[in-house]
Formats: sequence, C-alpha cells, structure tokens
Amino acid sequence: MEICRDEDTLQISDLDPFLAELLRQIPLSANSAGAPAAEARLFAQPSAEKEICAEWKSYVEPELRRLFRSASETVADDLAQLNGNEKALSNCTLHIPIEHADAWLNTLNQARLVIATKYNFSDEELNDHDRSPIGSRRDLGLFQINFYGFLQEFILREISG
Amino acid sequence: MSAVSAGPLEKGSTSTVEAPVREQETRGEEELDVPWQVVVHNDPVNLMTYVTMVFQRVFGYPREKAERHMLEVHHKGRSILWSGVRERAEFYVQQLHGHLLLATLEKIN
Repeated sequence: MEICRDEDTLQISDLDPFLAELLRQIPLSANSAGAPAAEARLFAQPSAEKEICAEWKSYVEPELRRLFRSASETVADDLAQLNGNEKALSNCTLHIPIEHADAWLNTLNQARLVIATKYNFSDEELNDHDRSPIGSRRDLGLFQINFYGFLQEFILREISG
Repeated sequence: MSAVSAGPLEKGSTSTVEAPVREQETRGEEELDVPWQVVVHNDPVNLMTYVTMVFQRVFGYPREKAERHMLEVHHKGRSILWSGVRERAEFYVQQLHGHLLLATLEKIN
C-alpha cells in the first residue's frame, strides 16, 4: 500500500484486497447503533449536572448524531470507488478529495472508538502496535484500530502542511 | 436582574409605605455568575496528534500550548482547557464532543 497527496487529493494506492476490505468496513465499524457501551462513549455525558445533561440530550445530541452520520456518509460515498470493481481481487487505488479530510478524520475516530469499546481493549493492548499475527476477531479489531489510526496520522500530516 | 416589590398596605392604613423588600435572585441568575471550566479527559484511543489538532481548532491555541494541554491530559488524566461563562463553556464542550473527545463542563468551586 502506498499513500500520498496529489494536489487536492489524498491517494491510497496499491491497496491489496484485505486492506481494501478494511477500508470498506469503516462506515459499518463506525456505527454504534445497538451497542450501548459504544453509544455511551460517542454520546458521553457533558457534565455531572443533571439539568445540563437533560438539555444536552434534547438539543445537542441530535446535532452530534447528524454530524457523525454526515461524516460517515461522505466516507461511504468516497469508498464507493472500491465497489463494483471487476478487478476486485487485484490491487486498487482510492482517491479522497482533500475537502473530505475532516469527514474521514471524524469517521475513522468513530470507528476506532466503537471497535475499542466493543472489545474492551486495555491501554496496554492499544499501545501494542506490533502485535501479530491476526488469530481472532479481537486481534482483527486491534489491527483495524491501528490501521485506521495510521490513516488518521497521514491525513493529519497532510492537512496541517 | 433582581426584582423589587413594595410590602402590602394593611386595611385602614393611610399613606405609610413599607420599605421595599428585595426578593431572592433566582437560581438560574446565580448560576450565570458562577465560573465554569472545560475539562478534557484522557482516552487512550484518541491519537495525540489528533487531540492537539482539535485543541488548536476549537480554542485557537498555538501548537505549543495545544501540545502542553494534550500532554497534561495524557499524563495526568485531565486538563482544564478553558474557564469562563457557562454559555461559552457549553459551546466548547459541544465542539470537543463533535470531535469525539471526552470533555465535561464543571463548576469552579
């Protein structure tokens, strides 16, 4: 896999089928619906004050849901480039418009948080970036978190110049 | 804003007017005067570079200051990013949650 910036586009090229599939999984992985612990993390309480929390739930949380959903939809639209490719089993390239960078950062973070909550990874596990091989769904979850984190680092570097 | 009212006149009284009675301020008004702080809590999932970028964006802090706060969150578990009036503090917490950081609004004792 190669990753670079070409003017107003971020390019992830030479994507093997496994990494392409992990990319396709981003919007699904970011979805916290039906996972109470992930919901609690993505829509955390803003205060110890009950009155503030009640107002937050009524007025702010719906806005946050809209924001997260919109970011996820932008990423899903970009990822459509990887669908319906007759060369599905060969390496491919993903082009991300630079103006979608914020949506990608947000959705990658949603996905990393939801996966981390789902498998309840310890701090030690999250800091173990060299763990291998992938022998279980849990290992795959940790690999996803690290891979998505790597993409976030790249995007951050490119947008901060 | 506090309210002022005159005491009731008794039946048969003439022109005596009792001294004004200052009513208690409402709880909401008192709370507006209490300073609040925006606290960010550690989350091992969020990348350090990402947290720094969010602090720069939300508060307009220069990179060095944003990094200082990020490291405080990382090492001490929390950092006070801003303090002031409640409305502004709520706005900042909303922005931080929008970037998926763990942030809370706390009254300053």
